[in-house]
Amino acid sequence: MTGAEVIIKALEREGVNTIFGMTGGAIMVVYDAMYDSKINHILMRHEQGATHAADAYYRTTGKVGVTIATSGPGATNLITGLANAMMDSAAIVAITGNVPSGLIGTDAFQEADIYGITGPVTKHNYLVRDVNDLPRVIKEAFHIASTGRPGPVLIDIPKDLQIEEFTGDFDAEMDLPGYKPTIKGHAGQIKKAAEALKLAKKPIMIVGGGSQSAADELLEFVENVDIPVITTLMGIGAFPTAKDQWLGMPGMHGTVAANKAISNCDLILASGIRFDDRVTGKISTFAPEATIIHMDIDPAEISKLVKAHVPVVGDLKNILPRLSEYSERLDIDDWRKQTAAWKAKYPERYNTEKPLVSQEVIGMLRKETTDDCIVTTEVGQHQMFAARLFPTEKPRTFVTSGGLGTMGFGLPAAVGAALGNPGRQVVCIAGDGSIQMNIQELATIYKHQLPIIIAIINNGCLGMVRQWQEMFFSERYAEIYLADSNPDFAKLAEAYGIEGHNIHDRESAKIAIEKASKSNKPVLLNFFVYEAENVFPMVPAGAGVADMIIGDQMPEGDYDDVIYEAEVVK
Amino acid sequence: MSLEKHVLSVTVRDKPGVLVRIASLFARRGFNIESLSVAKSGIAGYSKTTFVVKGAEKTVEQVEKQLQKLIDVITVVDHSEAKYVDRELMLLKVTVKSSEERTEIRQIASDFRARIVDVHRNALIFEITGDEGKMEAFIEQMKPFGIVELIRTGRVALTRSAADPKILRKAKITTKVI
Ligand SMILES: Cc1ncc(C[n+]2csc(CCOP(=O)(O)OP(=O)(O)O)c2C)c(N)n1
Ligand SMILES: [Mg+2]
Repeated sequence: MTGAEVIIKALEREGVNTIFGMTGGAIMVVYDAMYDSKINHILMRHEQGATHAADAYYRTTGKVGVTIATSGPGATNLITGLANAMMDSAAIVAITGNVPSGLIGTDAFQEADIYGITGPVTKHNYLVRDVNDLPRVIKEAFHIASTGRPGPVLIDIPKDLQIEEFTGDFDAEMDLPGYKPTIKGHAGQIKKAAEALKLAKKPIMIVGGGSQSAADELLEFVENVDIPVITTLMGIGAFPTAKDQWLGMPGMHGTVAANKAISNCDLILASGIRFDDRVTGKISTFAPEATIIHMDIDPAEISKLVKAHVPVVGDLKNILPRLSEYSERLDIDDWRKQTAAWKAKYPERYNTEKPLVSQEVIGMLRKETTDDCIVTTEVGQHQMFAARLFPTEKPRTFVTSGGLGTMGFGLPAAVGAALGNPGRQVVCIAGDGSIQMNIQELATIYKHQLPIIIAIINNGCLGMVRQWQEMFFSERYAEIYLADSNPDFAKLAEAYGIEGHNIHDRESAKIAIEKASKSNKPVLLNFFVYEAENVFPMVPAGAGVADMIIGDQMPEGDYDDVIYEAEVVK
Repeated sequence: MSLEKHVLSVTVRDKPGVLVRIASLFARRGFNIESLSVAKSGIAGYSKTTFVVKGAEKTVEQVEKQLQKLIDVITVVDHSEAKYVDRELMLLKVTVKSSEERTEIRQIASDFRARIVDVHRNALIFEITGDEGKMEAFIEQMKPFGIVELIRTGRVALTRSAADPKILRKAKITTKVI
């Protein structure tokens, strides 16, 4: 067996059946070995797209996503995807070819120090130096990527090792004495958490991305104790939005109910969150009175930003049922009434007197699509609107670039989601700016006839930046205008062989969405929407979450203690 | 921001690339590495490193947790938390201009228990071990004679407890101690 054959065999042993990649000189030998295997290789049109697809494949299936690239430029193209997966804790294994061992370090053709470059953006990485290490390294990579806090692992394999004859032990054991993730939550800490919870008068639960793999346990726990629940951007889908307890999203573009609950609570039960600054706002004013119970699998997240009074390190799948066992329905009726009142008083609403608006389009999409559909998003205003108006109902179905905020993520992510979930509806909610960052993946979508509804929320500008310029830069709109040079997206789709429609009004929007959701084919819908629509509420960067700006978008109403006007930034 | 000095003993797998990962963790959090020593540990396949770092008190705990997360890091011990012994070794070359000076220098050196490791007609090289304070004091004493060159290893440190049971527990190391 050659090294390349060993790589394929080891991948098959891990149960890999789909790989997203792009070939090249330093990895051709592996592609040659793959040619005879049963692995379904998806030829992406850019390595960044391949990594995002692998990332979404993991997020939507729970199975490690795999990506392959060649040395030098192929490998450097992976960096954004790796950083994205690292930030959002997505388990992917990336395999790169490198120049032959003897040439490493000589500035050979297409050589880059991939091991060095990827260190800070991977959970772990390898530069393999002996062909006989390959089976063990690949086994370790999958183990590290998928256990504990998931993350990306990269394996760099010089070309000569791919050709060399393997003489080692294919069943060699893993050798990871320094890697022992804590899975089982500490019993004493769980009891302490239950006690603190029992004493609380105004507790809330904040659910983050770490809860996606424990959705059943989460629901059972919440139904048992009946506690108000807030889902972060990464936590969307982990808890059903139809439940009374659900208050929406916290933070910068969170719901009024969620942010008010945070500002007034006396206990936060944090479930797989990392207290990102987009969630907490100004940290010194973030729930200053609250007891913090922090449940997370990563001990380094405990007290990193917000001091945890009761840390519980472990897998939520293990912790939540035990916490539930020690708890019963909380005696917090007044608080339940209060949070429910906030939720009722500040529903999602938008002005439809103006021309077609983003929120309305996203609302229509939600109405017409199936309950178990998967949503992927790009980054910008449309992403926040999607989070608020199209929060999905099932775990692992809202796929968005949370931590890194990567424009160009959504379209390739839709590819990964569609391939990982055949038969499921996938909707990619994109901005006219973001989608152009990995637009080439339309070719992949066409080739595999992936039934994705690509909804471009086309406001003719880099809307999120425009909003900040309007609010904080005296309406000086520097370099955000796209409309004069955007392509005709419908024609562009057609050039790729994909059905495309340009949509300008409500009526045709409705019809097009209805048709698209039944078509079971890729369709690109380009919605021309009102340019100056802003995402509200908004907590300005650096302000506390209690200081929300409602803006002028919501109809007049009695908003008592929230700020109306953009000018009133504290 | 108050900067604190921390002496960290980090036991790592003896593999290429481990140090880079550790160093970049420190750099990202604004920690300056004052000294660093790396050598084989008593156990085959593992190295022991001693970092003396200066950084914000608030972040040191976080950096230690991040270090602990690195796959090839086995244990992290912050010596600032417990009683410890630390030593470093210095080689110092000083000029000798007369025989009176030679006697004087040798007297000071013997007070410091520094050993002569090389003798030249107009220079001497001393080897001295001790803690940081002793090194500084010896340098001060030698300055008037003219220090040509000196080199220090950086600190190594051990906790004053029995073994280092944590390492053995976490690593389940069965290899015999050399
Ligand atoms: C790769 C990358 N470059 C730049 C940014 C900064 N950025 C954040 S949102 C945004 C505008 C996105 O525009 P569009 O995709 O049209 O979405 P909209 O906000 O208009 O809905 C920009 C430039 C980013 N997040 N990612
Ligand atoms: Mg836009």
